[in-house]
Amino acid sequence: MRTNTALRNLDMPMAGYDKPESRAACKISATNLNFYYGSFQALHGISIDVYANRVTAFIGPSGCGKSTFLRTLNRMNETVRSSRLEGKVRLDGEDIHELEVSEVRRRVGMVFQKSNPFPKSIFENVAYGPRVNGYESKSALRDTVEQSLRRAALWEEVKGKLHDSAYSLSGGQQQRLCIARALAVDPEVLLLDEPCSALDPIATAKIEDLIFRLKDSCTIVIVTHNMQQAARVADYTGFFLLGRLIEFDSTTSIFKAPARKETEDYVTGRFG
Amino acid sequence: MRHFVEELEQLKAKLLQMSSLVEAAIQRSISAAVQKDRSAAEEVFRNEARINQIEIEIDEFAISLLVRQQPMAADLRLIVAALKINTDLERMGDLSVNIAERAMSLIEEPIIKPMIDIPHIAGLVQSMVRKSLDAFVTRDAELARSVLASDDAVDSLRTACYHELVSFMEKDPQNIKPALDLLAVIRNLERLADHSTNIAEDALFLVKGIDVRHHAEARK
Repeated sequence: MRTNTALRNLDMPMAGYDKPESRAACKISATNLNFYYGSFQALHGISIDVYANRVTAFIGPSGCGKSTFLRTLNRMNETVRSSRLEGKVRLDGEDIHELEVSEVRRRVGMVFQKSNPFPKSIFENVAYGPRVNGYESKSALRDTVEQSLRRAALWEEVKGKLHDSAYSLSGGQQQRLCIARALAVDPEVLLLDEPCSALDPIATAKIEDLIFRLKDSCTIVIVTHNMQQAARVADYTGFFLLGRLIEFDSTTSIFKAPARKETEDYVTGRFG
Repeated sequence: MRHFVEELEQLKAKLLQMSSLVEAAIQRSISAAVQKDRSAAEEVFRNEARINQIEIEIDEFAISLLVRQQPMAADLRLIVAALKINTDLERMGDLSVNIAERAMSLIEEPIIKPMIDIPHIAGLVQSMVRKSLDAFVTRDAELARSVLASDDAVDSLRTACYHELVSFMEKDPQNIKPALDLLAVIRNLERLADHSTNIAEDALFLVKGIDVRHHAEARK
């Protein structure tokens, strides 16, 4: 895998490495997004294009709205009572509020900060989504589970104990199981909300490596408190502050020479 | 003040210590060549080891900051610029030694022409060195750009001197050795100017986050 990555990197246009690409297609776009928890406005006029088959990271201090924004991308925020959304989110140009919510959640998967496997076997955790969608034969289901576990870089560690409880896995393995579960319905976009914050450096490195490989088949959006993680995994980075998207640019630009003083103060630790 | 900010100040202070030693070496090497001052040349030779030592100290300190602090944005640019300027300064110390060596040879030789052009070039070069380092310390992008513009003046003066010294050599073979020494002094001065432009480019990178090397338009 490392060799393939190295070979692929040879073709990268090094001189323009930190310049936004004009060729990348837009997968999800948000336009003038405002979001309210009751009377509290958590997001102010967010407009952004998330590029297909790229990793986009959102950083910012606690309470800045980055997780709230992430949840608007698959309508997860609708589960919060008395919340209200203004503006548009489009997936491949289609307004996600005009699609069935189940279709949105299938196409835009999500993995949370704390791994949350179901109290079932490893196999059943991954098989759950395809089974609910009801389009898998038994043998196809087995194939899907294996493929999903392979894509989540977990297959080799669990192939001999697929029917053990998911709770028997380590924290890092449980998080990769949740990623495998999300991948099992073949999402086009994967939203990751602080996926490594409870993991040790080795488990974190595995998830980051996985993110890098998944972007061939998926568009990935990650919210992280860890700036170094954003710098390592993301092609594009957005900085949120007080519910506003202050700056969005290539990751190298954000961490080398951000345009906005607020971003500069945050990434250099001089914030506040 | 955060500990990391203090460490960045220490890095800058160390680089300033290095630059003052290098500026002194340049000044002494020019005095040695222009005023035939043997003791100034000897002082340049004596201080070279100290410059080399500080180069290593700055590199080690900058690398430890990269490893421990994983700096971003302006902090990252400061450390990267400091590493590059450090390399330029050390090389400028070596060029001063080269000039001082030629001065020792010139001291033994007859004067073939009045010293007018070399002090002129040396003055320009010293001004470029000073301005490039000031641009870095005060984060002054305009001052850095003015250094880039001066490099052309040094290059054209060097070319004029070259033609003049070749004609001296053609007139009398006795002039060949002192003329070659003078040519070497001029070439080393011109290289000092080149390193000053490198430092000015690094200062621009620090202030603006842009890379102006090899881009004529961006340098303006």
